[in-house]
Amino acid sequence: MTLRVYDIAHGRAGDKGNTANISAIAYDAAGWETLRRHLTPERVMAAFAHLAGGPVRRYELARLHALNFVIENALGGGVTTTLSQDFHGKSLSSLLLAIELPDDKAPSAEG
Amino acid sequence: MTAPRQNAQGRNARRESVRVGAGAGYAGDRWEPALELVEKGGIDYLVFECLAERTIAREALTRLHNPELGYNPGLVERMRAVLPECLRRGVRIVTNMGAANPLAAARRIRREAADLGINDVPCAVVLGDDVADTVRKHPELTLLETGDPLETILGRMEAANAYLGADAVAAALATGAPVVVTGRVADPSLFVGPMLYELGWDYDDYAALACGTVAGHLLECAGQVTGGYFADPGKKEVPDPHRLGFPFAEVTRGGAVVLGKPDGSGGRIDRMTCTEQLLYEMHDPAAYITPDCVLDVTDVDFVAEGKDRVRVTGARARERTASYKVSVGYRDGYIGEGQMSYGGPNAAARARLAGEIVTERLKLRGFAYAELRVDYIGMSSLHGAAERRHEPYEVRLRVAARTPDKRAAEAVGGEVETLYTNGPAGGAGDFKAVREILAVQSVLLPRALVTPSVAMEAAS
Repeated sequence: MTLRVYDIAHGRAGDKGNTANISAIAYDAAGWETLRRHLTPERVMAAFAHLAGGPVRRYELARLHALNFVIENALGGGVTTTLSQDFHGKSLSSLLLAIELPDDKAPSAEG
Repeated sequence: MTAPRQNAQGRNARRESVRVGAGAGYAGDRWEPALELVEKGGIDYLVFECLAERTIAREALTRLHNPELGYNPGLVERMRAVLPECLRRGVRIVTNMGAANPLAAARRIRREAADLGINDVPCAVVLGDDVADTVRKHPELTLLETGDPLETILGRMEAANAYLGADAVAAALATGAPVVVTGRVADPSLFVGPMLYELGWDYDDYAALACGTVAGHLLECAGQVTGGYFADPGKKEVPDPHRLGFPFAEVTRGGAVVLGKPDGSGGRIDRMTCTEQLLYEMHDPAAYITPDCVLDVTDVDFVAEGKDRVRVTGARARERTASYKVSVGYRDGYIGEGQMSYGGPNAAARARLAGEIVTERLKLRGFAYAELRVDYIGMSSLHGAAERRHEPYEVRLRVAARTPDKRAAEAVGGEVETLYTNGPAGGAGDFKAVREILAVQSVLLPRALVTPSVAMEAAS
């Protein structure tokens, strides 16, 4: 069984210029620990590499169990010049939520 | 200009708390929830935030053709829907629907009011956001997005507007006018303005500004904090989204903030909806810059206070920056686009062949593009990587290209259309479009170069 970000978190994407920001908000404390450990900027960059130049910065809001990712050079030049159907990159939250994470709770393949 | 300087103990406070509602999250938003806020939300102020980044540049072009236009085209419908009830109940309206021509917007509101049988509706107008003449004298300013000097786009510039702050809105409210019309004002500042004015906050009281600004940020997209842009069936349910209630914030002189929505309205407001909206369009949570302050939401928390009421705590703010952010709108060529659908067996392969044909045809005809993009809607138009996707039953080809040459832009949709009689089997549902690009970049302008002011449109 693979664990998707979607299974443990919800989120929303916003835009400013050519920069996307996407939140990942854990549903509960266990999900928050998993997010914090495994949803690294590197993992996010890898999922967005075919769309965005990066870099990716990650911010933590521990009280809200939320991560905020800021992805540079992600929106085809920005809302006014992009050729994308999704001018604002609003659908990119779903791409982040589709990222697969190691599941700490799942029995290991060797076990 | 500075706001009326008021003392930190709130000696000039007009009341202990104020309730500010969000009547629109964008120009085309639903209008019934605003009326619901007025009738059932117990609000003192109704704020309509209706200006996207490039809207002013587009309206500046409209104004060139007709000096009495250039305000938000939805102004008339929206104001007619709420104005009589707002006036009856003493709910004051603040809106940035003035866009590129707030004075004309105010005159139009007064004409519409007269048409509704309301004789004199004084409108206070915030001016000074239009800094096109000023930035023309400073071609050396650096464009924040590309790092190029402003000079490189000055010849194509159509508008330059500074994001004004809550002090300008508060000064307009001090006229007593029931309606305040602005051009560009930072979205949260539209909401902070009434708080400054009513609660007697000092404009340098950053603890107070933090509370007001976080409230304004949460309200600025209206339904996005009350269950709009949130539902995911089976995962995140939203009750009655077809009659989503819009939010208000009740803010006290001491900086307590409670968000809510009208009783009985659809939607939901809780920790989850608030957290999504808190981080919407936010980069560094410790440094969300508005004209009023630098907001830090790192320790913000949301606590439920009964049904559909959420207390917001933990916002902090630092001193405002020394400059205003200015959006510069300029013409930047054209985007041409065409679409055609394929369905049934081998649909994806036919769509791919169609995409190749269009690309080859455009080359053959000698058109060059700054950028050309081929999407397969159903597979790759949102997240790319067509090669990794399952092939769906239906695929819609979309070709889009950017170019300074209008004829080259027109050719894109034209070549997609010719797929009907020349392309792969079974193409259907052609669409084509060309639009001129009004691009937006930003510069920072020292505060001393921007002079907000207030004008009145009222019976003389």
